[in-house]
Amino acid sequence: MAKQSIVPFGPQHPVLPEPVHLDLVLEDEVVVKAVPSIGFVHRGLEKLVETKDFKEYVYIAERVCGICSFGHGMGYCQSVEHILGVEVPRRADYLRTIWMEMSRIHSHLLWLGLLADAMGFESLFMQSWRLREKILDMFDATTGGRIIFSVNCIGGVLKDMDNGMLRRLVETLDSIERDLRPLADTFLQDYTVGTRLIGLGVLKGEDATLAGAVGPMLRASGVGYDARQLGYAAYNDLDFAPVTAQEGDSYARCQVRIQEIYQSIRLIRQAADKIPNGPISVPVKGNPNGEYFQRIEQPRGEAVYYVKGSGGKFIDRFRLRTPTTSNIPPMLDMLKGCQLADVPLLILTIDPCISCTER
Amino acid sequence: MAKLAKSPWLLHYDGSSCNGCDIEVLACTTPVYDIERFGIINTGDPFQADILLITGGINHQSEAVVKQIYSQMPDPKVVVAVGICACTGGVFKDCYNIKGGVDTVIPVDVYVPGCAARPQAIIDGVVKALEILQQKREAFLARRA
Repeated sequence: MAKQSIVPFGPQHPVLPEPVHLDLVLEDEVVVKAVPSIGFVHRGLEKLVETKDFKEYVYIAERVCGICSFGHGMGYCQSVEHILGVEVPRRADYLRTIWMEMSRIHSHLLWLGLLADAMGFESLFMQSWRLREKILDMFDATTGGRIIFSVNCIGGVLKDMDNGMLRRLVETLDSIERDLRPLADTFLQDYTVGTRLIGLGVLKGEDATLAGAVGPMLRASGVGYDARQLGYAAYNDLDFAPVTAQEGDSYARCQVRIQEIYQSIRLIRQAADKIPNGPISVPVKGNPNGEYFQRIEQPRGEAVYYVKGSGGKFIDRFRLRTPTTSNIPPMLDMLKGCQLADVPLLILTIDPCISCTER
Repeated sequence: MAKLAKSPWLLHYDGSSCNGCDIEVLACTTPVYDIERFGIINTGDPFQADILLITGGINHQSEAVVKQIYSQMPDPKVVVAVGICACTGGVFKDCYNIKGGVDTVIPVDVYVPGCAARPQAIIDGVVKALEILQQKREAFLARRA
């Protein structure tokens, strides 16, 4: 056996915007084993549910993560609404769907930029983030926030979009679609980018399912599972099919995420056409008594929300399983046998969100 | 030595934030906001950094990391606390794992509130930090002379 050495990776590392620590056991330059240690961003906000009013807690739930903030607020609200038996107005469902898909576009563009940055392709990073600013401007115009929106409430949403705003949103998406094409071509056809992505970190469909991969990671391995097909919010009215790729390597993951941006643009167009008129929220009476389990598709994969209340204004238990939590075991499988230089890129291809994972 | 204030290097660390301020700090370095026009470069190396941007409150595990990064930076150095969590603990103040703002662990020079702090506010904070960096530099040189 060759001599083994351990290289610490993180918590403060140029490629990671967030802290996570890995001990990489190496034989020469090849990774034999990766041992993660997490907890650098643990705040313990699930416990806060016991001291905050269940209506106020929406704002805390949104702050689980700054990138998927809208989805977390929505998942929590939907769970509580189911327990209370509140029927959310259809317009609110559509608005939630539109914002959710905008979050997906923003998250995937952010990931594309970080991927380019990890490869050292600075101009591609800048271009991806320039494009992302357009969607953030639309968030700013529709909700008043760039990152944290606070538009969800128990019983609906707090802000409405008029027809002019919806038209402007669709026009912005048209321009994003136009500008995305050259970027997508660079990611998918450029020779240099290809040498860093093709055939790297292969995860076969069966292994991905066994290790519990979710989201684009699972779909890039050829498994067509998408939690949006469960038909929450307005997804049961919209026409779409999960984006999949067969190879299961880093290139396939990149391909799936790029296709999902186009898919989200199409979904928002459909939603903007079909959105019904009517109120955006209903008044809520009483306190939650019972439990509910809600699954939604976040940009990074399936997230699970569990809420249990016993009739008081404080909820007994709020539990959240985030997509990155389930994507870490397949990532550790992927890291075995790869070169040390590929480690940052491979960690990025799962689109890690550490603050979601640790909460 | 005035050169330092013209081209400071910036280091970013996530104390225990929700990610919102982190991506806004990164957004500052990209085309629309572009802090490179102040000569600022985002580095990943504490040994070469002049300004430390910390987002999020401090928890029991990140405390040692923050102290270590701060001690690795050469003098003079300034610390900018980005976001309300880094200033006081914010909405997570009551969480069992949060000690409080960044100033419970290391001295902070500039506070940038907001949830999430907007890029304009972050740039303003960094520009304020440059003035403080210059003053510290002069004091440092005077002490040595």
